[in-house]
Amino acid sequence: MSAIIILLVISLIVAGVFLVAFLYSVKQGQFDDEQSPPIRILFDDTPNSTKHQ
Amino acid sequence: MKPVAVSTQVTCFHCGEDCGKHPVVAQELQFCCEGCKMVYEILNQGGLCDYYNLSKNPGSRQTSIVRENKFAFLDDPSIAQPLIAYSDDTQTHVSFYLPQMHCSSCLWLLENLFRLNQNIISCKVNFTRKEAEIIFNHREVSLRSVAELLTSIGYEPYISFSNIKDARPGVSKAKIYKLGVAGFCFANIMLLSFPEYLGIDGKEVNLVRLFRYLNLLLSFPVFFYCATEFYQGAWRSLKHKFLNIDAPIVLAIWVTFARSLYEVLTGTGSGYFDSMTGIVFFMLVGRILQDKTYAQLSFDRDYTAYFPIAVTRLNNNGESSVALPDIKLNDTLRIHHQELIPADGILTRGKALIDYSFVTGESLPVVKEMGEIIYAGGRQTGSNVEMLVIKEVAQSYLTKLWNRDELKSGKKDEQRSFVHLTSRYFTWVVFGIAAITAAYWLVNDPTKVANSVTAVMIIACPCALLLSNTFTNGNILSMLGRNQFYLRNAQTIENIAKANHIVFDKTGTLTNGASLEISYEGELLTPQQQQWIALLASQSAHPLSKAIAEHLGDRSPESITGFTETGGLGLRGSIAGKAICMGSKKFVLGNKQGDEKTAVYVSIDRKYRGRFIVKNHYRENIVKLFSKLRKGYSLSVLSGDNAGEKDFLQNLLGKRAGIYFHQGPHDKLNMIKQLQSTGKKVIMVGDGLNDAGALKQADAGIAVSDNCNNFTPASDAIIQAEKLPLLHKFIRLCRINKRVVVSSFIISILYNVAGIYFAVQGNLSPMVAAILMPASSLSIILISFAATNLAAWKLGLK
Repeated sequence: MSAIIILLVISLIVAGVFLVAFLYSVKQGQFDDEQSPPIRILFDDTPNSTKHQ
Repeated sequence: MKPVAVSTQVTCFHCGEDCGKHPVVAQELQFCCEGCKMVYEILNQGGLCDYYNLSKNPGSRQTSIVRENKFAFLDDPSIAQPLIAYSDDTQTHVSFYLPQMHCSSCLWLLENLFRLNQNIISCKVNFTRKEAEIIFNHREVSLRSVAELLTSIGYEPYISFSNIKDARPGVSKAKIYKLGVAGFCFANIMLLSFPEYLGIDGKEVNLVRLFRYLNLLLSFPVFFYCATEFYQGAWRSLKHKFLNIDAPIVLAIWVTFARSLYEVLTGTGSGYFDSMTGIVFFMLVGRILQDKTYAQLSFDRDYTAYFPIAVTRLNNNGESSVALPDIKLNDTLRIHHQELIPADGILTRGKALIDYSFVTGESLPVVKEMGEIIYAGGRQTGSNVEMLVIKEVAQSYLTKLWNRDELKSGKKDEQRSFVHLTSRYFTWVVFGIAAITAAYWLVNDPTKVANSVTAVMIIACPCALLLSNTFTNGNILSMLGRNQFYLRNAQTIENIAKANHIVFDKTGTLTNGASLEISYEGELLTPQQQQWIALLASQSAHPLSKAIAEHLGDRSPESITGFTETGGLGLRGSIAGKAICMGSKKFVLGNKQGDEKTAVYVSIDRKYRGRFIVKNHYRENIVKLFSKLRKGYSLSVLSGDNAGEKDFLQNLLGKRAGIYFHQGPHDKLNMIKQLQSTGKKVIMVGDGLNDAGALKQADAGIAVSDNCNNFTPASDAIIQAEKLPLLHKFIRLCRINKRVVVSSFIISILYNVAGIYFAVQGNLSPMVAAILMPASSLSIILISFAATNLAAWKLGLK
């Protein structure tokens, strides 16, 4: 009985954390541009060629 | 390095286009033009040649050279201020729209902009919107130099008057918040309802009560926050004395909530919280799918988006930039090559060759001499000219048309989808069943009245109709979007489906604005004569002469003497002792009768030889499109051009089609109105500002664009020009939309009938409701997706 109540509380808290994370990410604009981040991550930090071969 | 004989096609290292016969060579790389080479050199110096490794030929062709002081207006703080998003002591944040952006190389180069100028602190690209947010140190570098730097590497910022005024519409974040909250509450309520459905031990009274109260708690955010979406919709429609689908849905939500609240508080049952939150959740998903907008497109542009932000004004002490609204009467303006004329005025210096194609639909530029009136909206080609303003921007002939009240106000006073009407009948039927149930139980067992009536209201909410509608619309919108036919909103699908008459513009819509087709008729010319004519034609900057020179190819090596050009009429000169004359019929032959075609007449040695007939180049597969459309629609063409191609068009469209020439913007608008007054539902397909009125007046206005990111007049839909031949398929898909909505609605009614069977008996258990509701929602979603995808696949669309 009390185990169920504890589990209930935990499950609601975990779900709540995800809800807050979702709302936060929408607010930050993480879904505004879905095209550039996947491209951006592939770039080197510094250009590796100064002259074209 | 040995000169290499170029036999195969050489493509430009920068932009990948054909270099022609004489490529520009730098560092053993070939370029199509000086512009591309210059961009390469800038990048090479900056150590940014990775640009060329990330994707092949990533650049865009640098044909039009941007004049040196084009961005001078950005030095004027009053013009620059509205563009700047944020500014403090050291930094300025500005966001530029860069239409040339198209690939990963572009993204990489732009985000490495700080390597080309150390005073640029950062540049962050939003690819979906084709925008770059640039932060720079304004003490060291000006806004103007930033714009010029972007231009120098091939990304000219597009700055227009309307940028300043309004932010672009985005997806409403509030709706997504509501969706998130509804999803959270729905899932948890469902979880907490399981024990009771699965038969929790009756002795665990406290636990049962705990679950119920938790459900009640979790339903509050849905009832008071998420569902406001529908409350607002219902309230708005009631204010307009129109009952839309939101009203019965709100009623169902309230009834469900009130009954559940009562059951929990009195301890008589567990309520229908899962059904209620589930309905709200699924309906929000549908709404969001349907509302998906194309962030990079704008459907609401008016002429201000087309006009430049500032022009050059001449005054006693030199020239200065002046913002468009600040142009006063009697100002003298200098108009550069490729610049738009911002206001009506009189030409005071230079010879103007004005391309009105976008404004009036005339396919060829018009020559204007000093002292003539030039109208706003035309594009000057050739040399710089000066003009005296005689009407302010907002008062000019064409801007006045776009400012007309009837065009400004919202398109249709109230858009009424068939869904709303159907929902009304549906609601009456539900009330009827509820009334009969109440009457029955009143006689037989009055205690069951409230129970059964509320159950009927709960189960028979028209949410299935709304769901099938929003999901089908959303899916069709995104399918059309994948095929580069972008609709403004879901209502447009219905408007297109209802149409029975299609009106086309000619110039720029059916024809490709840029290219001309030339054919010759008359006495056969010897190759030598052809070369003479080519030489003569190549002396002139008139587009017809240019087109003929290009058509004939090789020019005579001899020299030309006594060359004269009579503006807009023709050319004279003598080559190898022969007097050659080419130009309009009047210029060459002296009479001007019965000549509707665009043609250039040629005489050699004062003897008429023949004429070059210039035709617009029709887009590919247009013939096929019309052969399809002729079957189901009445068609018309409204053209601002001359009647030269009447026979051809009549053939194309069929005998019954109306074909009208010399149509001004007002005529087009009135023609659409006239058609509508005879009860026709009209689709207008057009491209230019001269069609703007007609596009707005029509039941569905479709703007054709060679590049969707360029300017298109306000419209309901934008179609990529190359997809125009598929228009009949797109229309078919829109017509299928209604059938899919109705059939999935009918299927969902079957679920409702099952539900009502329990409800009228007054024993609708929460579990039955909880099974029926998601089952009907999911099957609607599946049916609508499957049906629309099947239809699209049958039509051969992506």
